[in-house]
Amino acid sequence: MNESYYLLLAALLFTIGGLGVLVRRNAILVFMSVELMLNSVNLTLVTFSRTIGTLDGQVMAFFVMVVAAAEVVVGLAILMSIFRSRRSASVDDASLLKF
Amino acid sequence: MSLPLATEGPPAGEYAAATGTLDLLWLLIALPLLGAAILMLGGKRTNSWGPYLAIGACAGSFLYAVVALFALIGLEDRTADLFLYSWVPVAELQVDFGLLFDPLSATFTLLITGVGLLIHVYSLGYMSHDPRRRLFFAYLNLFVAAMLILVLSDSFLGLFLGWEGVGLASYLLISFWFYKPDAATAAKKAFIANRVGDVGLLIAIFVMFAALGTTSFAGVFSQAELLTAGTATALGLLLLLGACGKSGQFPLHTWLPDAMEGPTPVSALIHAATMVTAGVYLIARATPIYDVTDTARLVVGIIGVITILIGAIIGCAYDDIKKVLAYSTVSQIGYMFLAVSIPGAGAIAILHLLTHGFFKACMFLSAGSVMHGMNDQVDMRRYGGLRTVMPVTFGCMLVGYLAIIGAPPFAGFFSKDLVIEAAFDQGGVRGWLMGSAAVLAAGLTAFYMTRLMLMTFFGQKRWTDDVHPHESPAVMTGPMILLGIGSVVSGFVLLHVVDIEAWLEPVTGTHEVEHVLAPIVVSLLTLAVVAVGVFVAYTKYAKQAVPTTAPVAVSPLTVAARRNLYFDALNESVLMRPGQYLTRALVFVDNRGIDGAVNSLAAGVGGGSGRLRRIQTGFVRSYALSMFGGAAVVVAAMLVVRVA
Repeated sequence: MNESYYLLLAALLFTIGGLGVLVRRNAILVFMSVELMLNSVNLTLVTFSRTIGTLDGQVMAFFVMVVAAAEVVVGLAILMSIFRSRRSASVDDASLLKF
Repeated sequence: MSLPLATEGPPAGEYAAATGTLDLLWLLIALPLLGAAILMLGGKRTNSWGPYLAIGACAGSFLYAVVALFALIGLEDRTADLFLYSWVPVAELQVDFGLLFDPLSATFTLLITGVGLLIHVYSLGYMSHDPRRRLFFAYLNLFVAAMLILVLSDSFLGLFLGWEGVGLASYLLISFWFYKPDAATAAKKAFIANRVGDVGLLIAIFVMFAALGTTSFAGVFSQAELLTAGTATALGLLLLLGACGKSGQFPLHTWLPDAMEGPTPVSALIHAATMVTAGVYLIARATPIYDVTDTARLVVGIIGVITILIGAIIGCAYDDIKKVLAYSTVSQIGYMFLAVSIPGAGAIAILHLLTHGFFKACMFLSAGSVMHGMNDQVDMRRYGGLRTVMPVTFGCMLVGYLAIIGAPPFAGFFSKDLVIEAAFDQGGVRGWLMGSAAVLAAGLTAFYMTRLMLMTFFGQKRWTDDVHPHESPAVMTGPMILLGIGSVVSGFVLLHVVDIEAWLEPVTGTHEVEHVLAPIVVSLLTLAVVAVGVFVAYTKYAKQAVPTTAPVAVSPLTVAARRNLYFDALNESVLMRPGQYLTRALVFVDNRGIDGAVNSLAAGVGGGSGRLRRIQTGFVRSYALSMFGGAAVVVAAMLVVRVA
């Protein structure tokens, strides 16, 4: 088995996610892009775990998932309250905290 | 002290300690000081009885001074040194505060408290309408206390304390009517001119510390002969600078005539009889220093002669009665400086100082009485014919006038004659020049004083319409009459009854020289010149009518004299204007240079931060980009490091 395919896929996913974070205005889509990046990293961890033959990477991946889930809960809650008050989910609209 | 200013010498000499009655010498100063404190701290409550308290304090001092004088006469060596407390005890530097009562300080004490008392009483009438009368008396008491510290202190540092004290009192009293801009300016001018002199006195004290390690009279004078010639001359000249400032001598004399903006009793007490003679006291007291430096003596004499002539010339041109008297004071103090510059003639200077104290105070009080009756008018061209309206004032002024021009047997005749005689007796070119100048100035004095008398008391009435001259109340004429009596008899009494030359001999030394001119020749010469002065004034101001405005077509000398011989202009252009330009330049450097550097640095940091702040846009995506960028840089750096 050639792990480089997995790593290439992970790199592709990470790039897509990164670009999504940078270019999308909709907060939901930004979140999804972030999840994409996290999962690409998970894929890398699992791949290396398999290659090296220890379980450390897989355990780390679980941690990432748990933390990501918690983060999404908090993030979506913030998003909901912003949406309720401003009727918009655009991250560019929420730009009050500046110079 | 390692400075090679003096050779090692014997320990400092000592004056005999004060005992018995003289133990209470401090009372002399304490009484007026307490009076001043009560009046100043007591506020309006003391308004009604305050002036009487002030007079009482001064009278107490005077009475005690008389008692102390007799106690002093009873002493064998006629000095009493009262140690009060250790003032500045610092390792090698030991300055004690003590009072020295000897013939010289006793003489001054009596003059200050005696004339001071009379002028306190006179002020009761003169200032009766002034709402701030209480403060006036407080300042007068403060002045008396400070002046007594000046003459009684037994060290130069103590003398300096009194010196500054009288300067303060003088400033407060000149600017007593501070709402008049002229008075406020005159007070500042007096204060600043005095500071210039004070620098000289202060440096002299520093030099004494450095050279001799002491400032007490006993210590300095007993080691005076050990001073190197240069140090002694420097000391003499520095003390002279201090004396010039306080006594209104050339080139620091311009403040004294301006000081006449103060109330007239102040002019009489401070700016004629007592404070301005402090310079003469200083030089007479420092006789042992001047004994070792003929150069400094010569400079004192030259300053004296220049001042005599300047004062007399300017006095001829003014129409303001108080300014004429002020310039005559400047001139008469010049006579004292001339006398005190002659070895052993210090006693003559003090004699002239005392007689001058009487007749000048008498004339100032008379002038004040005239002003009192003429709605504070000071222009003599607006007087005239006051002889019949104010007979007592006229009599007092006449006595003072006869005394100042040196008519026998009035006080000034004895003292001024001796000064002129001593000037001639110096011999050589010096004696002839100084003596002739003194005689010439005596003629000028006779001219301007006659002019003053004729314009004020004789001739046509040239009064402005709203004045109704009247004789002053007894509380004013009383002191005038007493001072007038002093102006008549003081010269004869001091010279021939008391024999002041023998009395002051322990302090000022003896005066035994061969006469260049016989005394009778000098007297006759002086009287002849005086007669010429009187006659010229008579032809100009009695034979001809006096115009009410000053004539414009006059000689260049008169024009110059009316403008103080351009000394004010000189001071202004040489000292004041460069000073102002310097201040302006410094202000510019401060504002633009120092403040500019600090402010532009702050502005640069502030502006830079302002621009840097703009990066924080509030857009989440641009933050994300910068994070990506940062992460990319970190990764790239790690790769570079790994490859390297």
